[in-house]
Amino acid sequence: MTYLADVAALTRKDLRVELRARDTLPAMLLFVVSVLVVFHFALPEGTGDDAAYGLLWVAIVFTALLGLARAWVPEQEHGVLDGLVLAPSDRSAIWLGKTLATLAFLLTAQAVALPAFVLFFAPLDATALAGVLLADIGICAVGSLMAAMAAASRSREVLLPLLVLPLAIPLVVGGVGAAISPDGQRYLLLLALYDGVFAVLSWASFEYVVTE
Amino acid sequence: MIRARGLEKRYGRRRVLAGVDIAVPSGGFAVVTGPNGSGKTTLLRVIVGLAAPSRGSLEVDADRAQVGYLAHEPLVYRELTALENLDLFGRLYRVTQRRERAGMLLERFGLWDARNERVSTYSRGMTQRLALCRTLLHDPELVLLDEPHSALDAEGAELLDRELEALAGSRTVVVATHDPQRLGSLASVGIALA
Repeated sequence: MTYLADVAALTRKDLRVELRARDTLPAMLLFVVSVLVVFHFALPEGTGDDAAYGLLWVAIVFTALLGLARAWVPEQEHGVLDGLVLAPSDRSAIWLGKTLATLAFLLTAQAVALPAFVLFFAPLDATALAGVLLADIGICAVGSLMAAMAAASRSREVLLPLLVLPLAIPLVVGGVGAAISPDGQRYLLLLALYDGVFAVLSWASFEYVVTE
Repeated sequence: MIRARGLEKRYGRRRVLAGVDIAVPSGGFAVVTGPNGSGKTTLLRVIVGLAAPSRGSLEVDADRAQVGYLAHEPLVYRELTALENLDLFGRLYRVTQRRERAGMLLERFGLWDARNERVSTYSRGMTQRLALCRTLLHDPELVLLDEPHSALDAEGAELLDRELEALAGSRTVVVATHDPQRLGSLASVGIALA
Protein backbone atom coordinates (compact mmCIF):
# COMPACT_ATOMS: atom_id res chain seq x y z
CA MET A 1 0.00 0.00 0.00
CA THR A 2 2.83 2.38 0.86
CA TYR A 3 4.37 1.67 -2.54
CA LEU A 4 1.14 2.50 -4.36
CA ALA A 5 0.69 5.63 -2.24
CA ASP A 6 4.20 6.73 -3.29
CA VAL A 7 3.40 6.07 -6.95
CA ALA A 8 0.14 7.99 -6.64
CA ALA A 9 1.90 10.94 -4.95
CA LEU A 10 4.61 11.02 -7.63
CA THR A 11 2.06 10.81 -10.47
CA ARG A 12 -0.06 13.55 -8.89
CA LYS A 13 3.03 15.67 -8.58
CA ASP A 14 3.82 15.28 -12.31
CA LEU A 15 0.25 16.16 -13.30
CA ARG A 16 0.31 19.19 -11.02
CA VAL A 17 3.66 20.38 -12.38
CA GLU A 18 2.37 20.03 -15.95
CA LEU A 19 -0.89 21.77 -15.11
CA ARG A 20 1.14 24.77 -13.92
CA ALA A 21 4.08 24.78 -16.34
CA ARG A 22 2.11 23.62 -19.43
CA ASP A 23 5.37 22.57 -21.06
CA THR A 24 4.52 19.14 -22.40
CA LEU A 25 0.83 18.57 -23.16
CA PRO A 26 0.20 21.63 -25.38
CA ALA A 27 3.30 20.74 -27.42
CA MET A 28 2.11 17.14 -27.82
CA LEU A 29 -1.39 18.25 -28.83
CA LEU A 30 -0.15 20.80 -31.31
CA PHE A 31 2.32 18.35 -32.79
CA VAL A 32 -0.07 15.44 -33.27
CA VAL A 33 -2.80 17.59 -34.80
CA SER A 34 -0.30 19.32 -37.11
CA VAL A 35 1.13 16.00 -38.24
CA LEU A 36 -2.33 14.65 -39.03
CA VAL A 37 -3.18 17.79 -41.01
CA VAL A 38 0.08 17.49 -43.00
CA PHE A 39 -0.57 13.80 -43.64
CA HIS A 40 -4.09 14.63 -44.79
CA PHE A 41 -2.70 16.81 -47.57
CA ALA A 42 0.35 14.63 -48.24
CA LEU A 43 -1.53 11.39 -48.90
CA PRO A 44 -2.47 11.12 -52.57
CA GLU A 45 -6.13 10.80 -53.47
CA GLY A 46 -7.32 7.21 -53.47
CA THR A 47 -4.64 5.90 -51.09
CA GLY A 48 -6.01 2.99 -49.11
CA ASP A 49 -6.79 3.03 -45.39
CA ASP A 50 -3.78 0.81 -44.65
CA ALA A 51 -1.37 3.63 -45.47
CA ALA A 52 -3.34 5.96 -43.22
CA TYR A 53 -3.06 3.51 -40.29
CA GLY A 54 0.68 3.44 -40.83
CA LEU A 55 0.83 7.23 -40.71
CA LEU A 56 -1.26 7.25 -37.53
CA TRP A 57 1.47 5.21 -35.88
CA VAL A 58 4.16 7.58 -37.08
CA ALA A 59 2.19 10.38 -35.41
CA ILE A 60 1.66 8.39 -32.19
CA VAL A 61 5.31 7.34 -31.82
CA PHE A 62 6.71 10.82 -32.41
CA THR A 63 4.11 12.45 -30.15
CA ALA A 64 5.12 10.03 -27.42
CA LEU A 65 8.78 10.89 -28.05
CA LEU A 66 7.96 14.56 -27.62
CA GLY A 67 6.36 13.85 -24.24
CA LEU A 68 9.20 11.57 -23.18
CA ALA A 69 11.82 14.15 -24.12
CA ARG A 70 10.32 16.49 -21.53
CA ALA A 71 9.39 13.85 -18.99
CA TRP A 72 12.39 14.28 -16.70
CA VAL A 73 12.90 18.02 -17.19
CA PRO A 74 11.24 18.93 -13.84
CA GLU A 75 13.60 16.49 -12.12
CA GLN A 76 16.64 17.91 -13.91
CA GLU A 77 15.82 21.43 -12.78
CA HIS A 78 17.21 21.98 -9.29
CA GLY A 79 18.63 18.42 -9.29
CA VAL A 80 15.41 16.96 -7.88
CA LEU A 81 16.14 13.46 -9.15
CA ASP A 82 18.98 13.21 -6.61
CA GLY A 83 16.49 14.10 -3.88
CA LEU A 84 14.06 11.41 -5.04
CA VAL A 85 16.82 8.81 -5.36
CA LEU A 86 18.04 9.53 -1.84
CA ALA A 87 14.59 9.02 -0.30
CA PRO A 88 14.13 5.63 1.37
CA SER A 89 11.10 4.75 -0.74
CA ASP A 90 11.40 2.12 -3.48
CA ARG A 91 13.13 3.80 -6.44
CA SER A 92 11.01 1.95 -8.96
CA ALA A 93 8.06 4.03 -7.70
CA ILE A 94 9.74 7.05 -9.35
CA TRP A 95 9.72 5.22 -12.71
CA LEU A 96 6.15 4.00 -12.30
CA GLY A 97 4.90 7.47 -11.34
CA LYS A 98 6.63 8.98 -14.37
CA THR A 99 5.28 6.24 -16.66
CA LEU A 100 1.70 6.82 -15.49
CA ALA A 101 1.99 10.59 -15.86
CA THR A 102 3.46 10.28 -19.37
CA LEU A 103 0.71 7.82 -20.25
CA ALA A 104 -1.90 10.32 -19.04
CA PHE A 105 -0.40 13.02 -21.30
CA LEU A 106 -0.29 10.67 -24.29
CA LEU A 107 -3.88 9.52 -23.76
CA THR A 108 -5.00 13.14 -23.51
CA ALA A 109 -3.24 13.97 -26.79
CA GLN A 110 -4.88 10.94 -28.39
CA ALA A 111 -8.30 11.96 -27.12
CA VAL A 112 -7.97 14.77 -29.66
CA ALA A 113 -5.85 12.98 -32.28
CA LEU A 114 -7.89 9.81 -32.72
CA PRO A 115 -11.22 11.57 -33.49
CA ALA A 116 -9.29 13.81 -35.88
CA PHE A 117 -7.83 10.69 -37.53
CA VAL A 118 -11.30 9.18 -37.94
CA LEU A 119 -12.53 12.48 -39.37
CA PHE A 120 -9.69 12.89 -41.88
CA PHE A 121 -8.65 9.35 -42.75
CA ALA A 122 -10.31 6.09 -41.70
CA PRO A 123 -12.44 4.46 -39.01
CA LEU A 124 -10.91 2.83 -35.92
CA ASP A 125 -12.57 -0.30 -34.54
CA ALA A 126 -12.33 -1.64 -30.99
CA THR A 127 -9.33 -3.84 -31.82
CA ALA A 128 -7.42 -0.89 -33.28
CA LEU A 129 -8.22 1.22 -30.18
CA ALA A 130 -7.12 -1.62 -27.88
CA GLY A 131 -3.91 -1.77 -29.92
CA VAL A 132 -3.35 1.95 -29.39
CA LEU A 133 -3.90 1.62 -25.64
CA LEU A 134 -1.56 -1.36 -25.27
CA ALA A 135 1.13 0.30 -27.40
CA ASP A 136 0.79 3.49 -25.32
CA ILE A 137 1.49 1.50 -22.16
CA GLY A 138 4.53 -0.14 -23.74
CA ILE A 139 6.05 3.01 -25.17
CA CYS A 140 5.55 4.94 -21.92
CA ALA A 141 7.01 2.11 -19.82
CA VAL A 142 10.12 1.65 -21.93
CA GLY A 143 10.33 5.30 -22.88
CA SER A 144 10.35 6.56 -19.29
CA LEU A 145 13.34 4.36 -18.53
CA MET A 146 15.16 5.37 -21.71
CA ALA A 147 14.34 9.04 -21.10
CA ALA A 148 15.85 8.77 -17.61
CA MET A 149 19.01 7.30 -19.19
CA ALA A 150 19.11 9.99 -21.87
CA ALA A 151 18.47 12.75 -19.31
CA ALA A 152 21.85 12.02 -17.74
CA SER A 153 23.56 12.71 -21.06
CA ARG A 154 24.38 16.07 -22.61
CA SER A 155 23.13 14.91 -26.01
CA ARG A 156 19.78 13.70 -24.66
CA GLU A 157 17.73 15.10 -27.59
CA VAL A 158 19.68 12.89 -30.00
CA LEU A 159 20.06 9.95 -27.65
CA LEU A 160 16.40 9.52 -26.74
CA PRO A 161 15.09 8.69 -30.25
CA LEU A 162 18.09 6.44 -30.81
CA LEU A 163 17.21 4.49 -27.67
CA VAL A 164 13.43 4.47 -27.99
CA LEU A 165 12.74 4.02 -31.73
CA PRO A 166 14.33 0.56 -32.11
CA LEU A 167 12.43 -0.61 -29.03
CA ALA A 168 9.19 0.87 -30.40
CA ILE A 169 9.30 -1.18 -33.62
CA PRO A 170 7.40 -4.17 -32.15
CA LEU A 171 4.78 -1.71 -30.87
CA VAL A 172 4.33 -0.20 -34.32
CA VAL A 173 4.10 -3.66 -35.87
CA GLY A 174 1.54 -4.70 -33.24
CA GLY A 175 -0.43 -1.47 -33.46
CA VAL A 176 -0.67 -1.45 -37.26
CA GLY A 177 -1.39 -5.19 -37.27
CA ALA A 178 -4.23 -4.75 -34.78
CA ALA A 179 -5.75 -2.07 -37.02
CA ILE A 180 -5.47 -3.76 -40.43
CA SER A 181 -5.20 -7.50 -39.88
CA PRO A 182 -8.33 -9.69 -39.89
CA ASP A 183 -6.58 -11.56 -37.05
CA GLY A 184 -6.08 -8.43 -34.92
CA GLN A 185 -6.36 -10.33 -31.63
CA ARG A 186 -3.00 -11.99 -32.33
CA TYR A 187 -1.36 -8.58 -32.50
CA LEU A 188 -3.04 -7.49 -29.29
CA LEU A 189 -1.50 -10.54 -27.64
CA LEU A 190 1.90 -9.52 -28.99
CA LEU A 191 1.43 -6.01 -27.57
CA ALA A 192 0.29 -7.32 -24.18
CA LEU A 193 3.29 -9.63 -24.04
CA TYR A 194 5.62 -6.78 -24.96
CA ASP A 195 4.07 -4.58 -22.26
CA GLY A 196 4.42 -7.27 -19.61
CA VAL A 197 8.04 -8.14 -20.42
CA PHE A 198 9.32 -4.61 -20.91
CA ALA A 199 7.39 -3.14 -17.99
CA VAL A 200 8.96 -5.70 -15.64
CA LEU A 201 12.43 -5.13 -17.14
CA SER A 202 12.08 -1.34 -16.85
CA TRP A 203 10.69 -1.57 -13.32
CA ALA A 204 13.55 -3.80 -12.21
CA SER A 205 16.35 -1.89 -13.92
CA PHE A 206 15.34 1.69 -13.09
CA GLU A 207 17.33 1.71 -9.85
CA TYR A 208 20.54 0.91 -11.77
CA VAL A 209 19.87 3.66 -14.28
CA VAL A 210 19.55 6.42 -11.69
CA THR A 211 22.37 5.35 -9.40
CA GLU A 212 26.05 5.11 -10.17
CA MET B 1 29.85 7.24 12.06
CA ILE B 2 31.73 7.65 8.79
CA ARG B 3 34.98 5.89 8.07
CA ALA B 4 36.81 6.05 4.77
CA ARG B 5 40.24 4.77 3.78
CA GLY B 6 42.06 5.65 0.60
CA LEU B 7 38.88 6.99 -0.97
CA GLU B 8 39.35 7.76 -4.63
CA LYS B 9 36.91 9.00 -7.24
CA ARG B 10 37.64 9.28 -10.94
CA TYR B 11 35.47 10.64 -13.73
CA GLY B 12 37.07 9.10 -16.79
CA ARG B 13 40.77 9.89 -16.54
CA ARG B 14 40.23 12.82 -14.20
CA ARG B 15 40.89 12.05 -10.56
CA VAL B 16 38.62 14.18 -8.36
CA LEU B 17 39.35 12.56 -5.00
CA ALA B 18 42.74 11.06 -4.28
CA GLY B 19 43.33 8.81 -1.29
CA VAL B 20 41.06 10.53 1.22
CA ASP B 21 40.98 9.15 4.76
CA ILE B 22 38.11 10.16 7.05
CA ALA B 23 36.98 9.19 10.51
CA VAL B 24 33.93 11.02 11.82
CA PRO B 25 32.48 9.50 15.00
CA SER B 26 28.75 9.40 15.74
CA GLY B 27 27.75 12.85 16.95
CA GLY B 28 30.89 14.34 15.39
CA PHE B 29 30.90 17.61 13.48
CA ALA B 30 33.23 17.52 10.50
CA VAL B 31 34.18 20.50 8.41
CA VAL B 32 35.44 19.81 4.89
CA THR B 33 37.59 22.54 3.41
CA GLY B 34 39.58 22.96 0.24
CA PRO B 35 39.91 25.17 -2.82
CA ASN B 36 37.48 25.04 -5.75
CA GLY B 37 37.73 21.72 -7.56
CA SER B 38 39.34 19.94 -4.63
CA GLY B 39 36.47 17.42 -4.45
CA LYS B 40 34.36 18.67 -1.52
CA THR B 41 31.08 18.15 -3.35
CA THR B 42 32.24 14.82 -4.77
CA LEU B 43 33.22 13.63 -1.29
CA LEU B 44 29.75 14.44 0.03
CA ARG B 45 28.09 12.75 -2.96
CA VAL B 46 30.17 9.63 -2.36
CA ILE B 47 29.30 9.57 1.35
CA VAL B 48 25.60 10.05 0.66
CA GLY B 49 25.62 7.32 -2.00
CA LEU B 50 24.95 9.40 -5.11
CA ALA B 51 28.39 8.56 -6.50
CA ALA B 52 30.30 5.31 -6.16
CA PRO B 53 33.95 5.45 -5.10
CA SER B 54 36.42 4.29 -7.73
CA ARG B 55 38.77 2.89 -5.11
CA GLY B 56 39.10 2.66 -1.33
CA SER B 57 36.68 1.68 1.40
CA LEU B 58 33.78 3.63 2.84
CA GLU B 59 31.65 2.78 5.83
CA VAL B 60 28.63 4.94 6.68
CA ASP B 61 26.65 3.96 9.73
CA ALA B 62 23.29 5.27 8.47
CA ASP B 63 20.77 4.11 5.91
CA ARG B 64 19.02 6.31 3.36
CA ALA B 65 16.17 7.16 5.71
CA GLN B 66 18.61 8.61 8.24
CA VAL B 67 20.58 10.84 5.88
CA GLY B 68 19.80 14.47 5.14
CA TYR B 69 21.72 16.00 2.24
CA LEU B 70 21.86 19.64 1.25
CA ALA B 71 23.38 19.79 -2.23
CA HIS B 72 24.58 22.69 -4.36
CA GLU B 73 21.19 22.52 -6.03
CA PRO B 74 18.09 22.73 -3.81
CA LEU B 75 16.53 19.39 -4.92
CA VAL B 76 13.00 20.82 -4.91
CA TYR B 77 10.44 21.20 -7.69
CA ARG B 78 10.23 24.71 -9.13
CA GLU B 79 6.56 24.44 -10.06
CA LEU B 80 5.41 23.20 -6.64
CA THR B 81 4.93 25.35 -3.58
CA ALA B 82 7.13 25.00 -0.51
CA LEU B 83 4.39 23.09 1.30
CA GLU B 84 3.76 20.76 -1.65
CA ASN B 85 7.48 20.02 -1.94
CA LEU B 86 7.82 19.22 1.74
CA ASP B 87 4.63 17.17 1.70
CA LEU B 88 5.95 15.05 -1.17
CA PHE B 89 9.36 14.49 0.40
CA GLY B 90 7.78 13.93 3.81
CA ARG B 91 5.71 11.13 2.32
CA LEU B 92 8.72 9.57 0.58
CA TYR B 93 10.75 9.80 3.82
CA ARG B 94 7.87 8.32 5.87
CA VAL B 95 7.72 11.34 8.16
CA THR B 96 4.93 10.96 10.67
CA GLN B 97 2.86 14.13 11.04
CA ARG B 98 4.69 15.52 8.00
CA ARG B 99 2.45 18.55 7.63
CA GLU B 100 3.10 19.66 11.20
CA ARG B 101 6.82 19.03 10.79
CA ALA B 102 6.86 20.93 7.48
CA GLY B 103 4.98 23.83 9.02
CA MET B 104 7.36 23.96 11.97
CA LEU B 105 10.43 24.04 9.71
CA LEU B 106 8.94 26.64 7.37
CA GLU B 107 8.18 28.81 10.39
CA ARG B 108 11.67 28.31 11.78
CA PHE B 109 13.35 29.28 8.49
CA GLY B 110 11.08 32.27 7.88
CA LEU B 111 9.15 30.82 4.93
CA TRP B 112 5.73 30.37 6.51
CA ASP B 113 4.21 33.39 4.77
CA ALA B 114 5.51 32.14 1.39
CA ARG B 115 4.49 28.52 1.98
CA ASN B 116 1.84 28.51 -0.77
CA GLU B 117 3.95 30.27 -3.38
CA ARG B 118 5.69 28.34 -6.13
CA VAL B 119 9.42 27.86 -5.71
CA SER B 120 9.94 29.41 -9.17
CA THR B 121 8.93 32.74 -7.61
CA TYR B 122 11.42 32.41 -4.74
CA SER B 123 14.71 34.26 -4.53
CA ARG B 124 17.90 32.18 -4.40
CA GLY B 125 18.12 32.73 -0.65
CA MET B 126 14.52 31.62 -0.05
CA THR B 127 15.13 28.52 -2.18
CA GLN B 128 18.21 27.72 -0.07
CA ARG B 129 16.11 28.06 3.09
CA LEU B 130 13.56 25.66 1.63
CA ALA B 131 16.35 23.27 0.71
CA LEU B 132 17.44 23.33 4.35
CA CYS B 133 13.86 22.55 5.42
CA ARG B 134 13.84 19.59 3.02
CA THR B 135 17.18 18.38 4.34
CA LEU B 136 16.03 18.43 7.96
CA LEU B 137 12.42 17.34 7.32
CA HIS B 138 12.90 13.73 8.45
CA ASP B 139 15.10 14.65 11.41
CA PRO B 140 18.11 12.80 9.97
CA GLU B 141 20.86 11.19 12.08
CA LEU B 142 23.51 12.08 9.53
CA VAL B 143 23.42 15.58 8.03
CA LEU B 144 25.61 16.50 5.06
CA LEU B 145 25.62 20.12 3.98
CA ASP B 146 27.37 21.43 0.88
CA GLU B 147 28.09 25.15 1.22
CA PRO B 148 24.98 25.71 3.33
CA HIS B 149 25.56 29.43 3.83
CA SER B 150 25.67 30.19 0.12
CA ALA B 151 22.95 32.57 -1.08
CA LEU B 152 21.67 33.19 2.46
CA ASP B 153 21.36 36.74 3.71
CA ALA B 154 22.64 37.70 7.18
CA GLU B 155 19.38 36.71 8.87
CA GLY B 156 19.26 33.37 7.02
CA ALA B 157 22.88 32.65 7.85
CA GLU B 158 22.20 33.32 11.53
CA LEU B 159 19.19 30.99 11.45
CA LEU B 160 21.40 28.32 9.94
CA ASP B 161 24.14 28.87 12.52
CA ARG B 162 21.58 28.37 15.30
CA GLU B 163 20.35 25.20 13.59
CA LEU B 164 23.90 23.88 13.30
CA GLU B 165 24.52 24.60 16.98
CA ALA B 166 21.40 22.60 17.84
CA LEU B 167 22.54 19.72 15.62
CA ALA B 168 26.10 19.64 16.94
CA GLY B 169 26.57 16.79 19.38
CA SER B 170 23.17 15.22 18.82
CA ARG B 171 23.66 14.41 15.12
CA THR B 172 26.60 13.51 12.93
CA VAL B 173 27.20 16.54 10.73
CA VAL B 174 29.51 17.03 7.75
CA VAL B 175 29.73 20.53 6.29
CA ALA B 176 31.68 21.47 3.16
CA THR B 177 32.52 25.15 3.31
CA HIS B 178 34.81 27.89 2.12
CA ASP B 179 34.32 29.67 5.44
CA PRO B 180 35.53 27.31 8.18
CA GLN B 181 35.92 30.18 10.68
CA ARG B 182 32.17 30.50 10.79
CA LEU B 183 31.90 26.94 12.15
CA GLY B 184 35.13 27.01 14.14
CA SER B 185 33.65 26.45 17.58
CA LEU B 186 31.42 23.58 16.41
CA ALA B 187 33.92 21.55 14.42
CA SER B 188 35.33 18.42 16.04
CA VAL B 189 36.89 16.96 12.88
CA GLY B 190 38.66 18.81 10.09
CA ILE B 191 38.97 17.35 6.61
CA ALA B 192 41.22 19.37 4.34
CA LEU B 193 41.20 18.48 0.67
CA ALA B 194 44.01 19.65 -1.57
